[in-house]
Amino acid sequence: MDRSELNDLAQRERASWKPARLHCCTASGCLATGAEGVFKAMKQAITDKGLTDRVQAVGVGCLGLCGRGPLVQLAPQGPLFEQVSAEQAPSMVGAAVGESPHAAILDTAHPFFSSQLKIVCETSGEIDSERIEEYLALGGYRALHMALTEMTPAEVVQTISQSGLRGRGGAGYPTGLKWATVAKMPPGPKYVVCNGDEGDPGAFMDRSVMESDPHRVLEGMAIAGYAVGATQGFIYVRAEYPLAVERLRKAINQAKKLGVLGSGVFETPFDFRVDVRIGAGAFVCGEETALMASIEGRRGSPRPRPPYPAEMGLWDRPTLINNVETFANVPTILRKGADWFASIGTEKSKGTKVFSLTGKVRNTGLVEVPMGTSLRHIVEVMGGGVEGGSVKAVQTGGPSGGCIPAEFLDTSVDYESLAQLGSIMGSGGMIVMDQTTNMVEVARFFMEFCMDESCGKCIPCRVGTVQMHRLLSKIAEGKATSTDLALLEQLVPMVSETSLCGLGQTAPNPVKSTLRYFRHEYEERLRPMTSTNGRVPLPLRLA
Amino acid sequence: MSVVTLTIDEKIVSAQEGQTLLDVARENAIDIPTLCHLDGVSEAAACRLCLVEVVGTSRLLPACVTRAAEGMVVHTTTPKLVEYRRMILELFFTERNHVCSVCVANSACELQALAASQGMIHVRLDYLHPHLPVDTSHQQFGIDHNRCILCTRCVRACDEIEGAHTWDVAGRGIHSRVITDLAQPWGEATSCTSCGKCVQACPTGALFRQGSTVAEMQKDREQLAFLVRARKEKQWIS
Ligand SMILES: Cc1cc2nc3c(=O)[nH]c(=O)nc-3n(C[C@H](O)[C@H](O)[C@H](O)COP(=O)(O)O)c2cc1C
Ligand code: SF4
Ligand code: SF4
Ligand code: FES
Repeated sequence: MDRSELNDLAQRERASWKPARLHCCTASGCLATGAEGVFKAMKQAITDKGLTDRVQAVGVGCLGLCGRGPLVQLAPQGPLFEQVSAEQAPSMVGAAVGESPHAAILDTAHPFFSSQLKIVCETSGEIDSERIEEYLALGGYRALHMALTEMTPAEVVQTISQSGLRGRGGAGYPTGLKWATVAKMPPGPKYVVCNGDEGDPGAFMDRSVMESDPHRVLEGMAIAGYAVGATQGFIYVRAEYPLAVERLRKAINQAKKLGVLGSGVFETPFDFRVDVRIGAGAFVCGEETALMASIEGRRGSPRPRPPYPAEMGLWDRPTLINNVETFANVPTILRKGADWFASIGTEKSKGTKVFSLTGKVRNTGLVEVPMGTSLRHIVEVMGGGVEGGSVKAVQTGGPSGGCIPAEFLDTSVDYESLAQLGSIMGSGGMIVMDQTTNMVEVARFFMEFCMDESCGKCIPCRVGTVQMHRLLSKIAEGKATSTDLALLEQLVPMVSETSLCGLGQTAPNPVKSTLRYFRHEYEERLRPMTSTNGRVPLPLRLA
Repeated sequence: MSVVTLTIDEKIVSAQEGQTLLDVARENAIDIPTLCHLDGVSEAAACRLCLVEVVGTSRLLPACVTRAAEGMVVHTTTPKLVEYRRMILELFFTERNHVCSVCVANSACELQALAASQGMIHVRLDYLHPHLPVDTSHQQFGIDHNRCILCTRCVRACDEIEGAHTWDVAGRGIHSRVITDLAQPWGEATSCTSCGKCVQACPTGALFRQGSTVAEMQKDREQLAFLVRARKEKQWIS
């Protein structure tokens, strides 16, 4: 396929769209509340009413406010219906031809929607997630075509570097720098890996992107492949995401058929194949070296770095590994330019970040906001705050992150500011806690998670998490003394400084941050020391 | 091959490029404690006892896999490292069941020796004491999982020196354990050649020769490194 064929296809697709399109969210969140029945009923109603030439029902990706699903939007620019049922389907079809609907309508002027800036989710909820033609109709694969025909690989790397894009998988490593490193490795087999493991409890951004817009991720990977000189890509998805796997596979097949993936992409000499690899759902397999071991068919446990994957990755070859959301940013950066992207966000954190807003907040769902938005704006304005209460803390970064108390809600969301408060951006989980939340329990919950997910390779994490969990349980149950708390406080830095991989290194973070801001909650649960309940506190070092 | 100069514990030493800090330190009689390291097999970097401080790096680095570099300044026994090593040893002792007085490897155990040399005199954390099996289905050897510290030296020795890959690790986190073949009893593991390399590799009394009683299980850990060197350099006398 060449440029004119690409344009033709996109135009033909757009021309085939009916004047009114009923967008029914068919991502996991809404499917769980019955979207499939709604979607079928809408199709049926369109046929029944004889409106097949004026209205079409489209199964689109995530519409954002997952907590109020199933969601249906009348496009273009029509109302957004919430919590719809199959019975309401005929009425919504009626709305598409001007009748007044009998379904609750969400206010799309609400900050939850209006404060969002969509780059990663640009086409999510706008197009049929299972048809490449719809992605093409909205400009899909243009960026790949442009890269292949108008840019050198070095120029692509340069653009990504200039954009200031940083990894969205947690650590925020500069993406351009990573690409440049892999590109500079001597020629020979190289790989591109997309990390779609997403194991943080409460996080579902990457799932949503893969389900809603699989082609965007594939396009980002192909561009990366061209930039670094790789011809094979792997996308690693956990088995708990069957819909994402199915849609990615479908997308890969469609892309191959049209010649935008496979050998001779867009009739250029560039070959790029993508295969899906399915993980068994271990959190540690999100760690890059464990993930690669898993792809190679070995036990998913981390190995020491260096050597970093960029130098020695899959089958000891240079490997570029990025997060789903990182790749999803790439096509838009190429299309709109590095300067445009760099104009969004803060000085050191560019672009947007997708968060999954959950917990004790009125509006739960996915939001994409510019970096630098304040936590307060996200939680209280967009999220609508806590129903009948107030925010006590916001947890970001999942089990590797920390709890930010309400007094710091005005902090801007960027990599540095969150780190300063003892938390991390992480992959985008944001859990809101109200005054009833017991912070010792929060710390215990995350520690239990890390303890269960530890791979068991290194001792500080394997046993240290168990011991910290025991101490936290003891404190939570009011059985601990100040000696136990002191022991816990010794284990925290020791486990984070001595563990082999990021899991163990960050496992104590929730304890660290709750101790920093909510120490009194620990102390008020302690029992006084008596001669029988506490072990004698011995000095650690021999004199 | 180029040579680099670095400082370990105030001592200026030279190293071949690519040599690990552990290697260089040992050549210069500087003692860095290790458990998962075994001469002759690949590194796991799992016991974390060999962590050292390198000036200019905020992270602690495992000496067994960190390469010597020109101008590096390394400290192997800072107060922090001493404290962390003792805590790591404490964790090892709480994890399973290490009652030396009734162990076949008493006085020939690396864990026991390290506790003494590193000054770990007291365990302040709860003993977890899981109930783990002892497998004596093999004709000559046995494994007592209660003494295993999951260093994976047996796994690597069996795979890399003997080439049998009988051993592997199953389960995760605190539930990890070493298994033979597909978690069959050792005696039914058909890949096992009964060479006994794993027994020699094991730092504790977890792997033993049957019939040994308390303190009888002496191990010849140099034998493995000797074998590897002999094969590589075709030199059969030490
Ligand atoms: C325990 C652990 C779990 C991780 N899980 C994920 C994950 O689910 N998804 C992800 O993209 N990165 C995860 N990471 C980070 C990856 O190791 C890696 O840094 C990332 O995929 C790099 O991509 P980026 O530069 O685009 O962020 C995890 C790291 C650790 C230590
Ligand atoms: S820190 Fe935990 S997860 Fe990482 S290697 Fe060690 S035991 Fe495995
Ligand atoms: S059996 Fe011995 S050598 Fe094998 S992992 Fe356990 S302690 Fe290490
Ligand atoms: S010897 Fe280096 S980590 Fe065990």
